[in-house]
Amino acid sequence: MTAALSVSGLRKTYGSVQALVGVDLEVGEGELFGLLGPNGAGKSTLVKAACGLVHPSAGTVAVCGAPAGSAEAHAGLGYLAELFRFPDWCTADELLQLHQRLAGSGGGAAERAELLELVGLSEAAARRIGTMSKGMQQRLGLAQALVGSPRLLLLDEPTSALDPAGRRTVRALLEELRSRGVAVLLNSHLLSEVELVCDRVAIIARGAVVAAGSPRDLSRPGGVEVETAAGPRVLEAASRTEVPRIVRELVAAGEEVYGVRVLRSSLEDAYLEAVEGKG
Amino acid sequence: MSAVRVIAAFTLRESVRRRVFVVVAVLTVAFLVLYGLGTWQLYSDVDDLGEVVAGVDPKVITGATILGLAMFGTLFLGTVLAVFLTLGAVRGDAERGLLQPLLVRPVSRRTLLLGRFLAAGGVCAVYVALVFLAAAMITWAFGDWWPDRIVGPMLGLALGVAIIAALSLAGSVFLSSTANGIAVFMVFGAGLVAGLLGQIGEALSSGTVESAAKAVSWALPFEGLYQAALAGLTVDTIGFTRLAIDLGPFGGAEPAGLGLWAWSVAYLALVGVVALRGFARRDL
Repeated sequence: MTAALSVSGLRKTYGSVQALVGVDLEVGEGELFGLLGPNGAGKSTLVKAACGLVHPSAGTVAVCGAPAGSAEAHAGLGYLAELFRFPDWCTADELLQLHQRLAGSGGGAAERAELLELVGLSEAAARRIGTMSKGMQQRLGLAQALVGSPRLLLLDEPTSALDPAGRRTVRALLEELRSRGVAVLLNSHLLSEVELVCDRVAIIARGAVVAAGSPRDLSRPGGVEVETAAGPRVLEAASRTEVPRIVRELVAAGEEVYGVRVLRSSLEDAYLEAVEGKG
Repeated sequence: MSAVRVIAAFTLRESVRRRVFVVVAVLTVAFLVLYGLGTWQLYSDVDDLGEVVAGVDPKVITGATILGLAMFGTLFLGTVLAVFLTLGAVRGDAERGLLQPLLVRPVSRRTLLLGRFLAAGGVCAVYVALVFLAAAMITWAFGDWWPDRIVGPMLGLALGVAIIAALSLAGSVFLSSTANGIAVFMVFGAGLVAGLLGQIGEALSSGTVESAAKAVSWALPFEGLYQAALAGLTVDTIGFTRLAIDLGPFGGAEPAGLGLWAWSVAYLALVGVVALRGFARRDL
């Protein structure tokens, strides 16, 4: 099966600044892929290279098998930029109409209504973009990215302007997209969000992928915490399979066990370790 | 071609919604009213002089001069419109984040540039043609004078302003909005100054100044087209009236051959190629 996004040996140099120094990654069909990294790590450059907005200095990027930037690649792509703006004079419905025409989508009014409902903007179809809050514009941006039923969605910080309810809406939307088989590359600073929804994650630092895998793979076992009458106790070397034995032995020893928790380091720990070398 | 139409229509719709055309229409009406008042007053004064004085027809001289001035005003208004419709079309819109969502659609950069040019160039060309025609009709209404040529000068002005729109659009690929606006107005000013210098050079028989002005007219063909349009107003006029026109403020204008028209079209294409190549290489 053709990967939704395939990046190989991608390098990008701006003058003397190396934004990307050889990135390889692949996003499968219907996969939710998280891109993490500090500011200036090269995440947005990578996303823009996939959109054909930035020309690689070396390497290749393919979207659904077509070279990034080609009309074929754009036909299967939806994109929401980190720093985007829509014409403030037009309405939400007019913006979606424009993108339908450019994308060659035959979805018509039904598609526009469905997309606005999906992002919770059904009531704002006739509202001028200039009168919308930043959060509403970001949700409209998501609807715009979904015009034409793309196979790959590139989202650069899509929840940066959203309140907690809005973020939950986006999480639900991403899960809905996964169920529809749409691949998503999610570039976000919100590790908890990425950990909650993404199948796989790549951590980028100084223009290179420094760690990659599922959120579970990236986090490490942290032992077992047992809560007894004497208080919580952490058995650092213990693993999940040893929990029944530990409980059995404690009960046999006359201790009262109130709770047991298997500990793992968080994605944040893995992120800091990968980016800054902190264990 | 369909995407070009979509981009062009969207650009025009933006101008309508932002009331650009309303402002332009109101100011243009004001310009034409003032022009009408001036023309009426001039012809009232000229009528006092009588029909023909020493072989010089004052109606022709008045009409050619005042319509020549209206032509300058029309080109200037068209230039203002062309510049403001295009000055931030690429770099400005990219810096504001407006351009990227459009270019991620199956729309090539060439399509986007062509759509923007057709909208801006088309509107400005039609605009200057209509304003010039209106000025000519006002002159005829008050002075009973009609230029020797009307279609040629009208098309010359239209092509001239389309070239300015193309230059401004190309400038928007390389320059920020403010720098581009300043650059295009300075180029426009340089072209007109060169044209005036050419006329002064001709009056004083300075071959060097005339050659320099001609070189600028070829380098900036909107100036050559404007001069040709001016010349077209009285191209069939002869005798002492011709001599009097030649001594007037717009008297040094020279008619253009087919070469200028061919070069102007080639120039448009050349500006388009430079803009496209620059845009194709630009990271957004």
